[in-house]
Amino acid sequence: MAENKGVLIVGELSDGKLASITAELLGIGRKLADDLDEGLSAVFIGNGITDVAGEAITLGADKVYVIDDPLFKDYVTDSYVGALEKLSNDQAPEILLLGQTSMGRDLAPRLAFRLGTAVTLDCVDLVLDPDTKLLQKSKPVYGGNAMAVYVSEEGRPQMATIRPKAMEPLEQDVSRKGEVIPFDPALDESAVRARVVEKVKEEVVGIKLEDADVVICGGRGIGSAEAFEQLKELAKILNGAVGATRPPCDSGWVPAHLQVGLTGKLVSPTLYIGIALSGSSQHQAGMSGSKNIVAINKDPEANIFGIAHYGVVGDYKKLLPAFLEKCKELLSG
Amino acid sequence: MNMIVCVKQVVDPETPAAAFKIDPEAKRAVASKDRPLVISPFDEQAVEAALRVKDAQGGKVTILSLGGESAKDVVKHSMAMGADAGVLLTDPAFDDSDSFATAAVLAEAIKKIGEYDIVFCGRQEADWDAGQVGSGIAELLGIPSVTPIKKIEIKDGKAVVERVVEDGYEVIEVSLPVLVTVSNELGEPRYATLKGIMAAAKKQLINWSSQDIGAVPAKSKMLKLFIPVHEARCEFIEGETPEEAGVNLAVRLREAKLL
Ligand SMILES: Cc1cc2nc3c(=O)[nH]c(=O)nc-3n(C[C@H](O)[C@H](O)[C@H](O)COP(=O)(O)OP(=O)(O)OC[C@H]3O[C@@H](n4cnc5c(N)ncnc54)[C@H](O)[C@@H]3O)c2cc1C
Ligand SMILES: Nc1ncnc2c1ncn2[C@@H]1O[C@H](COP(=O)(O)O)[C@@H](O)[C@H]1O
Repeated sequence: MAENKGVLIVGELSDGKLASITAELLGIGRKLADDLDEGLSAVFIGNGITDVAGEAITLGADKVYVIDDPLFKDYVTDSYVGALEKLSNDQAPEILLLGQTSMGRDLAPRLAFRLGTAVTLDCVDLVLDPDTKLLQKSKPVYGGNAMAVYVSEEGRPQMATIRPKAMEPLEQDVSRKGEVIPFDPALDESAVRARVVEKVKEEVVGIKLEDADVVICGGRGIGSAEAFEQLKELAKILNGAVGATRPPCDSGWVPAHLQVGLTGKLVSPTLYIGIALSGSSQHQAGMSGSKNIVAINKDPEANIFGIAHYGVVGDYKKLLPAFLEKCKELLSG
Repeated sequence: MNMIVCVKQVVDPETPAAAFKIDPEAKRAVASKDRPLVISPFDEQAVEAALRVKDAQGGKVTILSLGGESAKDVVKHSMAMGADAGVLLTDPAFDDSDSFATAAVLAEAIKKIGEYDIVFCGRQEADWDAGQVGSGIAELLGIPSVTPIKKIEIKDGKAVVERVVEDGYEVIEVSLPVLVTVSNELGEPRYATLKGIMAAAKKQLINWSSQDIGAVPAKSKMLKLFIPVHEARCEFIEGETPEEAGVNLAVRLREAKLL
């Protein structure tokens, strides 16, 4: 068997542009490739892929494979796994990285089992052991209560998905040179057993939660859908977005896509305000990267105070209207 | 419809951080005395998903769990909810299973169970949060997989599922047999009824060991497990009344240039 070499990252597009997770993958991929003293490649799969290949080069890639065919218009497990299986067998990378996204979390494990190798999902840190050259993969476990570090001695490529916003992208360098290579996986269409019939997008009013600079999160203690209106008003005043812990989503007070946490959205705003939520490890997994954390909770022992920068102990029903009015006053003056 | 649901017994994920302890040598969490082990929450939803299909068109639901002796509790719990049969895989040879080995052993057990149209898993375990055993089983069985889903219906011999994605969901049509992993958007799992609990108590579990289905070596190794420490740094804002505290918070955030 040929020796495995280099790092391959699986890119993604978001609204036709290079996704931020892909820039982050290129950042960590470049670092690992340099540590190995080998090359960094990226691959994009889709239909009608635009200029992202060139952009990936400016962000660190040496080679960019483009798999462009109507067969890949929608993400379907069978077709994407099939394409990557061919490319991985062809190129034999030492390390293969994907994003922990809707696509990556479905694709990575299935591909790993296809290739007969191990994968670690949702990593927040990747380093190369200087002695063994093995990839050490750190990921939160037990809902974020603990951290585990994994290696795989056997099975190549060494695979991982990385959590969005966990890695730094490189500064774009337009003078970087690289090669764009079309790749035809020659897939048999009959091997694709599923098809996307419809895509239903949740309507987003205002700023997208993941992109917001201010996030106001409500928890179970908010109590009702009506009470969430106040949080929406606060978000509007502060130019932010509303999020929630799981109970308000499960209870239907807010739509499911507002859930922040391990199995919801990841946010890292400049200002996060958590109201009437306890700060479970699973919720923290989605917001602990926030730069300034404010907590309002009637229980002084609530977990959220353990990671908050500013805290107020008290009933939010009394506190919040006064806070809101004062914010309005300060921001208008 | 023949359905198989994979469920795992875990340390209660709602254990507050202050009570959460690990054994760094054994590299796993230590269950606290006042919190019994539970069925991993998404697995309970996977059982619910299977029972909804059974409610709609009949069929048989078999529960499958790999774990210690105590894992029989989560199999019985699922049967009390309405599942028909249970298989428990216990053997010291399974103790060091990573995700790869777990999926391989479960896939072997599924083959031995024989007939299946839908295999259900949770989207991820509440202990290792690995999120890959479901896809792994599907790959080893050579059947399609859709992950994670919030709804499944059978129409004209195919499954129509709703797959949860970042900005909504996708409706996907997929051939049977299929493996799906279930997410909390499915909705609350049903409670076990008294009748269900009594019926489950009477049923025998099938016990298989490595002699029945073989064992598989792990492919990955955990180097270490630790609890990250963060410094408490919270500045508490006070006031004579809650209203005053609210005003003071706004003033303080303004001072800190956060408003
Ligand atoms: C595998 C797994 C994945 C999960 N993923 C997620 C996830 O992605 N996101 C998520 O959020 N959860 C997730 N959960 C659920 C998580 O474990 C917690 O159950 C959930 O985060 C708790 O939400 P909460 O803090 O709103 O509710 P609670 O823990 O019930 O806290 C409510 C808080 O509100 C306070 N309160 C009540 N009334 C008032 C009042 N009037 N004024 C002020 N304070 C008040 C109380 O003091 C309490 O602290 C997951 C769980 C599992 C097992
Ligand atoms: N030991 C086990 N016994 C039965 N099912 C399991 C086991 N481990 C994992 N699973 C199934 O696989 C899903 C994903 O697990 P994981 O990949 O470990 O996060 C779980 O939700 C279960 O449905």
